[in-house]
Amino acid sequence: MIDTTVGRQGVLVDPVRRLDEGQVQAVHEASLRILGDIGILCYNREASALYGGAGCLLSEEPDGSSRVKFPPDLVEDCLANAPSRVVLGAREPDNMLVLEAEEPRVRFGSGSEANIYLDMHMEEFRRVGGEEAIRHPVYERRRGSVELLCQAARLCQQLENLDFFIRTVNIQDTDIAEEDKDANKFFASLNNIDKHVMAGLTALESLDKVIRMGEIIAGGEEELRSNPVLSFITCVAKSPLQFVDDTAQKMMEIVKRGLPVVVSSSPQGGSTAPITEAGMVSQINAEIIAGITLSQLVRAGAPVLYGSVPVRARMDDLNDLYGAPEFCQYNMDCVQMARFYHLPCYSTAGVGDAVVPGVQATVEKLLSHVSIPMSGAQYVHYAFGLLEKTNVFSPDQAVLDDALIGAVKHMLVKSQIDRRTLDEAYSQIERVMDTPHKLYARYARKGIRSGEIFPPYFFETREDVDIAVLNAHERRLELLEREPHYLGEDVVNTIYDEVPGLVGRINPYS
Amino acid sequence: MGKDELLARIEINVIQGRRNGEDEGLDEDLAGTPGVSELVEQALEEGIKAKNILLGALSTGMNQVGDKYESGEYFLPDMLTAAEAVGAAMEILEPHLLSSGVESKGRVVLATVKGDLHDIGKNIVGLMLKGAGYDVVDLGADVDSGMIIEELKRNDSDLLGLSALLTTTMAEMGKVLGDLDREGMRDGIRIMVGGAPLSEQFAEEIGADAYGRDAIAAVKIADSLVSDT
Repeated sequence: MIDTTVGRQGVLVDPVRRLDEGQVQAVHEASLRILGDIGILCYNREASALYGGAGCLLSEEPDGSSRVKFPPDLVEDCLANAPSRVVLGAREPDNMLVLEAEEPRVRFGSGSEANIYLDMHMEEFRRVGGEEAIRHPVYERRRGSVELLCQAARLCQQLENLDFFIRTVNIQDTDIAEEDKDANKFFASLNNIDKHVMAGLTALESLDKVIRMGEIIAGGEEELRSNPVLSFITCVAKSPLQFVDDTAQKMMEIVKRGLPVVVSSSPQGGSTAPITEAGMVSQINAEIIAGITLSQLVRAGAPVLYGSVPVRARMDDLNDLYGAPEFCQYNMDCVQMARFYHLPCYSTAGVGDAVVPGVQATVEKLLSHVSIPMSGAQYVHYAFGLLEKTNVFSPDQAVLDDALIGAVKHMLVKSQIDRRTLDEAYSQIERVMDTPHKLYARYARKGIRSGEIFPPYFFETREDVDIAVLNAHERRLELLEREPHYLGEDVVNTIYDEVPGLVGRINPYS
Repeated sequence: MGKDELLARIEINVIQGRRNGEDEGLDEDLAGTPGVSELVEQALEEGIKAKNILLGALSTGMNQVGDKYESGEYFLPDMLTAAEAVGAAMEILEPHLLSSGVESKGRVVLATVKGDLHDIGKNIVGLMLKGAGYDVVDLGADVDSGMIIEELKRNDSDLLGLSALLTTTMAEMGKVLGDLDREGMRDGIRIMVGGAPLSEQFAEEIGADAYGRDAIAAVKIADSLVSDT
């Protein structure tokens, strides 16, 4: 029995329900209708065979795929088999996550595989002929590398409100072969952060190497299953309603090995899914539950997360648009669908379409950082540092996001109003009204210390120029000066001995 | 309890902001124990001189509170509660100090100007000044210049502090200064002004001696204005 009071607690919310019960039921039925009548196109033979063996109707498509049509009972039975509690372990036991579908406890993490690492430094500028200098950020777009991933993980270790780590940059080192990317990216992450580490798998052949790395860190095969310090993301659906060969296979292999996996889909409203809320939610839900059905056919009871990453298309270039109200609506609905199925939800919030940190990024991020967690998603990814529609990871933005998420977590805390707190307040009011100055400040003191009272914005500026970004940059440099949380030397040596393909430059002991 | 220990306990209770035994401090261990008022009474009964209580416990306690505020350990509510505790002690000590010829740091008259009922800022300044050892006369809110002039004529004062929250009432401050000028009283009093819509520039425009951004600044300004006189 796992104790749900251990590990990172996140914030338990009283969830906002955008959909009423009838609407949730209707979405479920609409998704079953899509799966039953339209079906999915499955490009993976093993998956098609599993579906067929379980009672799905299969028919051959001209492109060689199978059209799979699902009996509603099969989907519902498989959903019922998936566990409602998923444990995501961590090197540091206090950082493990117990995700419980029935408990709307929100955690925030990073993600996901941006190509650009947006570095920044400050330069001083002077008016021509003037004396007074102003500092202004100057950005450098750096191609993602394994060393930058190490640095990002080291930074994320220090971000108080980051509950789990999904690799922030895609490593594009020319000397790391495709088949060695997974080992390097997982090691770069796991060696620099002792929170839960999750990532997608670049190459299926790497899976066992990565799992071996996890076993060395956790202390053995059994230990890794009970404390899965790493887990995986598989976007099984290529929207609309197509299951690609490669990702479906990865998901099935991970499930066979008993490790937690996100079964996700990321359709774009307006291009790969209907732009309407009804259309988007019924389609993405169909895609996810078809994927979860597959996971449970491979292994009943396999630990999976309901992975919803619905986005909206811009209408000028059909690119992603994250800072849109519809993005929030889609995601809030999906959180409710996951709860309806008694599954923990891997959700999405906090991406900016902006290219650099600033007002635009803040506005876009704030919209989803506040609204989507209000629905009670257990696992909110994309929440730190992502800009330019997930193409850019900005460490300075991640530091800004940490401050914002701290405030969001505080705001989400359930109301403490009850008879006892009302009586205490009455007595306080009575006492203050008997004083000449009518001031409550004395009663705020304990709350300041206990954290009950939230401090002002961490990067506030009191001058007439907004230098929050510069303040965050200085904070980032300060956080990176802190002691790294590396794995022990023996563990690192064992990993280098047993897991081939790791580059030497990310070994802190070499 | 020895005299030194008693003074030390008063100092601790100032730092904890406990006016009396009913007040909560930050430290749970003090719950139900005597606060500053009870301890000051006890100290007087045991023959400790009022001046020694003031200098050996209240002032040293407030200095420590000031240091904690400067270092970021304490917040304004902590300063205020400590100032309140000192204020409560001063009410007990005042007659003893007067009879032994010890004077306060200065007499300050405070008022929120006519038309303005917002007095929290002014009250906070009052608490802080009292805690810093000033004799504070608070005329309240919505005070017209006639009442202020009357008070200043009646009692010799060192400082006048005017407060306003509204842009519509801040102009009243200029009127008070003009009236004081007409009465020939302006040169005899130092004037500081404060309130959310005010600025250094506004204070200069109306001819005030100083603008205080907040209660902490107000105490520093009061110290500086009083030492100039």
